[in-house]
This record gives sequence, C-alpha cells and structure tokens, in this order.
Amino acid sequence: MQFPLTVTLVTLVTIFLSISCTPNRTNVERGLDSQELFIGIGSEPEGLDPHLVSGVTEHYVLLSVFEGLTTVHPETLEILPGVAASWDIADDGLSYIFYLDPKAKWSNGDSLRASDFVFSYERILSPKLGAPYAYMLYSIRGAEAFHKGKTKDFSTVGVRAIDDRTLEIELESVTPYFLSLPTHFTWWPVHPETILEHGAMTDRISKWTKAKHFVGNGPFQLESWKLNNAITVNRNPHYREAGSVHLNGIHFMPINSETEERAFRAGQIHITSSIPTARIDWYRSNRPQNIRFDPYLGIYYYLINTSNGPLKDPKVRQALAYSINREQLTEYVLKGGQKPAYHFTPPNTGGYTAEAGFSYDPEKARALLAEAGFPNGQGFPTFELLYNTSESHKTIAEAIQQMWKKELGIEISLYNQEWKVYLDSRQKSEFDIARAAWIGDYLDPYTFLSLGISDSGNNHSHWKSDHFDALMRATTQTLDPTLRFQLFQQAESELIEAMPFIPLFFYVRSLLIDESVQGWHSNILDYHPYQYLRLEAPQQP
Amino acid sequence: MAQLILRRLFQTIPTLWLIATATFILLQLIPGGPFDQEKPVTPEVKRLIEAHYGMDKPIHEQYLQFLLNRLQGDFGPSYKYAGWDVDEIIAQSFPISLELGFYALLVALFVGVPLGILAAIYHGKRMETLFMGLALIGICLPAFVLGPLLLLVFSTELGWFNTFGWNTPSDRVLPALTLGLFYAAFVARLTRSGTLDVLKNPYIQTARAKGLKEHRIILVHTLKVALSPVVSYLGPAVAGMISGSFVVETLFFIPGLGSFFVNSAFNRDDTMVMGTVLFYAALILLFNLIVDLLHAWMNPRTQRD
Repeated sequence: MQFPLTVTLVTLVTIFLSISCTPNRTNVERGLDSQELFIGIGSEPEGLDPHLVSGVTEHYVLLSVFEGLTTVHPETLEILPGVAASWDIADDGLSYIFYLDPKAKWSNGDSLRASDFVFSYERILSPKLGAPYAYMLYSIRGAEAFHKGKTKDFSTVGVRAIDDRTLEIELESVTPYFLSLPTHFTWWPVHPETILEHGAMTDRISKWTKAKHFVGNGPFQLESWKLNNAITVNRNPHYREAGSVHLNGIHFMPINSETEERAFRAGQIHITSSIPTARIDWYRSNRPQNIRFDPYLGIYYYLINTSNGPLKDPKVRQALAYSINREQLTEYVLKGGQKPAYHFTPPNTGGYTAEAGFSYDPEKARALLAEAGFPNGQGFPTFELLYNTSESHKTIAEAIQQMWKKELGIEISLYNQEWKVYLDSRQKSEFDIARAAWIGDYLDPYTFLSLGISDSGNNHSHWKSDHFDALMRATTQTLDPTLRFQLFQQAESELIEAMPFIPLFFYVRSLLIDESVQGWHSNILDYHPYQYLRLEAPQQP
Repeated sequence: MAQLILRRLFQTIPTLWLIATATFILLQLIPGGPFDQEKPVTPEVKRLIEAHYGMDKPIHEQYLQFLLNRLQGDFGPSYKYAGWDVDEIIAQSFPISLELGFYALLVALFVGVPLGILAAIYHGKRMETLFMGLALIGICLPAFVLGPLLLLVFSTELGWFNTFGWNTPSDRVLPALTLGLFYAAFVARLTRSGTLDVLKNPYIQTARAKGLKEHRIILVHTLKVALSPVVSYLGPAVAGMISGSFVVETLFFIPGLGSFFVNSAFNRDDTMVMGTVLFYAALILLFNLIVDLLHAWMNPRTQRD
C-alpha cells in the first residue's frame, strides 16, 4: 500500500480546480438580457406586512409589491396618481375624494376596491394590531382617538367607501402635505381576503406574507423569500400599468456593507445599500461613474439631556454647538459627501430651507461658556457621551471630544452601548449627551420639528416650551405655504436658541450603482419606484 | 452499549432544562426589549405588542408557559421576523450550515491528520518545525483574516470563485477552507502528539523489529489509537462547525444558522435566542455521545468506564 498523502493531495487539487471552472457570466452581464436587477439592501427585512414594519430596508422591498393612492415622481418628487387615478379636494381642505383607477388590481387578479382601503386603515389603526407607525394616519379625522382606544367604533373615523371605486377621506385639520402621505407604506392597502384567510384582521403572527400566500398590488409580485439570502419579486401581470414596467424581476439581497462592495466589484449586484468609508477614496479615483452621494432626508445630531447639571444651561449647550467644526468633520472624518448642519430641518424639505441658526465660532463658544460660569472650561464637570456601538459613531465622537477639549477645555468621556441597550438608556434618560438621528417620514418640516414638541414620544431631551408647541400647532391650521414656512422658521430659531439637539450633519445616501441601471434618480426621499428602472448596456464613449 | 446510550440520553434532560432556565433568566436581566426602536412606539402600543407574545403575563407564568411550549417542541414565533417561526428559520438555515460544516470537517481531517502524522514521523527534524509552524499559523489566523485573504487571492485576483453566495458547487470551497483550516490546525497538533505517544510503545518497536514497513506501522498499528484525542476534540468541534459560523457566513453571505446566533441576541429576539441556544446545546450533547461511542469502539478499555 502506497502512502496516501500524495494521492489525497492530487485528488483534492483536481477537485479544487475542476469545480473552480471558468467563471460564469456575472449577474450584471446577465441582467442586460434577463432584465433582472440585483440590489443590496444591507440587512434582512423584519417583515413584508406594510402595517407592521418601520424601517428603510423594508421600504425598499415593499415599494416593489405595493402601491398607494398616490406616488412620487423619482426625479421631480411631484405627486403623481397611484392607484387613485384622480382626486377632488374640498374647498376647506378637510376632505379628499379619491377615484380609483379601474385598471387597479391585486396580484391575484381581484379588483382593487375602495373598501379594501377602509379595511386596511381599520387594521393599521386597530390598537390590537400594535402597528408601530399607526400615527402616520393621525391626520384622518378620528383616527387618533380610535387608535388610542377612546372609541371602538371605526365608523367615527373619517374613511368611507362611497362605492367600489370612490374613497372619501376626511381630515382632522388642514394638512397641506396630505397627498404625500399615501406614498408612505403605512397608507398602502392590504388584501382583506388574504389577511382573513390566515387569521383575524389584527393578528400580528400571521402567515399571509409568505411567498405562497402573498397578495400585493404593486408592479411586482413576491416570488420567494429566503432568509439571509434573497427576496425575489417578479413582474406582476395584473399591475395597472404592466406595459410600462421594464424589469422582469428584482433580487433584494441583505448583504452587509463590505461583502456588498466586493459583490459589486465582481459584477454580482447592480446597486449597493451603502459604501464602506474605507473604500470611498478608491472609488472616487478609480470608478467615479459608479459612486453616488444623494442628499437624504435625515439629520445626525447630539441629543442633550437638559435636566442634567450644567447642561441645564442653554449657554452651555450653545457653547458645545458653536465649538464643533462641522466642515472638518464631514470632509476629513466622514468623507461621504455629508452636509454640515447649522439648523435642524434638512435643506429643501418640501420646499422649505431653514436659515442657518449658528456657525462654527470657537470665540463665541468660549465666551458663552465663560458667561455660564466656566471660563476656559474651569470647574466644568466631566460628562459622558453615549453612542450605539459602531466604528463610525465612535470616530465622530472622538473627533468631537477632541474639538471640545481644544476649543473649550472641557473633558468628556465616551461610552458605547449595543443598540437595544442604547435605546433603553435613551428612553430612561440615563445619559448626558447621546448620539441620535432622525429620518423624515414625509416631505414636510413638521416631521423634523415635531421632535421638539413637549409631549412628543421622541423628545428625550426634557426640553419643553409652550411657545414652541403653539408655533407647531399653528403650522397645522393653515394652508398658506408662506405663512407655514414662516412659522416653521420661528420654531426652528427657538429650537436652535435652546439647543436641546446639537445638529451635526445632514445625511447623504451613498451607494454604488452600475452604469447599466437607467432611471435611478437621486432624490431627497430615497424613493425609487422600480417601474421607472431598466437595464441597458452603457454607451461606449 | 445500549445502557450507556440510554443513560446518556436520560442525562440530557436535566442538562437542557438547566441551560433553558439559565438562558431564560439571562434574557430577563439584559436591558432593552425586542420592540424598542429608534422611533419608539407609544407605551400603549408596546404593551399591546407584548401582549401578542404573552410578555404581559407575570414572570413565573411566562416561565411555565415557556417550558411547556418547549416540551411540546414549539419554539414560538420570531419576535424580529414577523411571520416566521423559530423552528421554520432553523429548518431553513440549518441544512446549509450542516453542509458547510461537513466540508469544513473534511478539510480539517484531510489536512490536519496527514500534517500531524508527517510531523510525528519527522520528529526532531526541520520538517516537523515546518509542519507545526503551519499548524500554528492556522490556529493564529482567525477566520476574519483568512477569509478575506482567500477571497482576495482566489476570487478578486485569480477570479476562480464567486465573491459571495451559496449557489454553485464552487461556492463551497473558500468558506469550507476558511472554516476548516482553523480546525485542521488543532487536529494536526493533536494527531502529532497522539502519534508520538503511541510510537513510544513497545509493540511498535516489536513491529519495527519484525521488519514491517514504516507506513504500515503508522497506518495500521498506530493511527487508530493515536487519533483518540482527535476524536475527543472533534465532538464539540463538529457541533461548532455544523451549527454555523457567524464570521464565515457573513463574509461569504451564506444563508446559514450562524448569523442568527449573534443577531438574535442583538435584536433581543428572545424566542430565537432560546431556539438557537437549545439547538446548539442538543447538538453538543449528541456529538459528545457519539464521541463516547467511538471511543468505546476504538479502545475497548473505555467501555468499562
């Protein structure tokens, strides 16, 4: 018997080489013929029930399989008819009548009826369902009272099917941005028969979102959902504008940032969900045509616990804000095209751009701190900066720690907590300063500035102002855009004056995109209806 | 033998109960809940969501209900992934981890054992230093270094393999190497020391004196006994390999069970944490039993223990 090592090695190498055969065509190359899009979405969606999810990842997928009353043009952000072909608005702005497109159908061929919307809105507003985003429908008359259990009678809520094709929605108060709301997934309809086949209307634990049961009304229909692998959707033949859809299918892949970038380089996916910071410079110099930094409706800020020690003093909070060099932060630390923030609402939110409320001014910062009784930072107690565990948050926190030490002479210590622990600490106000972020739910300054309202569940700063609350209330009582923007500006100025939130920068959505993807327009909502996309061989220069 | 199996199976019940109880208590103690979000829901909504999952009941009732459900084999719905049951998730992802683990085991054995034997044969020579040096590198190189290195060379540069995924047969190669080489290094060291121990025995000298060929001495008379420590080591190691590796699965984007071990804890997906912990515990117990049976077969003296 011969010593088997050589034999083993030879066999192994042969197997190794034979299966590592010549590489197949990449997904990107195949996509040109098959019109199949491969898109990275970063993480696994929590679900496909539009009433139960709350994240951006879920939005990416749901947008392919559902459609609301209205939709958004990806380039101009103009509100376009969705399943509602047209609508009438009452003179007082308190009632909308939507006329459904007769071609609008569910993916199983059933006609879409106005009563399906009534069912859907009753479902999401039912307290028993526990929908995390039900408040998005609070502009409907009586919706909040019903959702908070003050009444059990859904007929008190201002939604009514006049006939199969006509839906009436009455509003609680004038809501100038109302037509942009139905573009959000909380407003999308669900198929009543499918829901009821797999449980009661308000069952959270239901199998209706499984691929074999799923019924939607979007340009695509769910084909399969394999956890940590891919969600695949195919063209929906019953879609009202099926002829205008170019893609035959989309594969949503929950790949993490580094792997995604590698997959992109290898031509295996068309679009990534992000770019690892370490790779930005390489793409800038080698493949600038593939890199996108799109302004995004979100702000990164530091949240101050204003009930704590010297942080009670607005002068101290302002000193902290004035002493941060945001240009340096965005240019040398973040590198991803983020915009320095000197106000709270991102620029061009529904046509509104706030005036800069402050600037980078270390002199003024030192003066403010001295006025507050801490000249050159003397006697200032050490406080802590909390962030959720992540390399990028850490880098930002370290940069700011340095700036505060250099400009103000104050020491802070940094500590990080894993995500859920961090959320718990924030909820219980167990922090001095915490890293925070807010992504707008709809295209109106209200979604940002309402964070400062005294009884907002998201205002963990403990800062309260009756005047600010009154200003915010006033913005919901007028349709006049000029007056509303003035009110928003006043509220914004008051918020910056009090500085419970220190704005740092406005987010950008950074992504890699293959040249063959046509029709992907950058927009502040990161809203990309897939029916506008197609795959074409890039023109050779 | 049957008695041994029965006794060991009987012992698993209190062990699993202890593990389940300890996990249950730990899950109650850690701050943060499954339904906490950046944009938090109102307290009423949160209460209603928790009621769906029976989290509104007193803690002792939750515990009893929890034990009862597990006894019936019901691991409950995942808190994080709406519409998915824990056993459904395990059923979908475990076969993939099992397959990857199987290939990794092959790598561990086919690389580790020959390397260990060669090192023993060349004991005291430069070759031994070389082989054991290789093994040491294998132990010291964690998967998150080895994996990207393999990808860089064989995927990005040479273009032999896909950069990610679990679709074609060739997609198995790099992950199996990344996961298997680490274990191969341990196997090599254990094989070497085991072989050296056996080679000192008088019956080996007798065999040599009788003029037997060296490869026959090693393969026939030494290996079965020398591999005893390797087998002991492989029990828990195989359980580790087939239950999925977070790093390897994330790196190569493999839809296995490994990522759920880590992410379920971060997500406070309590039912999923419990499911993966108990599943892993049961695997370890099973493989330890198999190891004991193998020992009994390889070395009849241990049967009496």
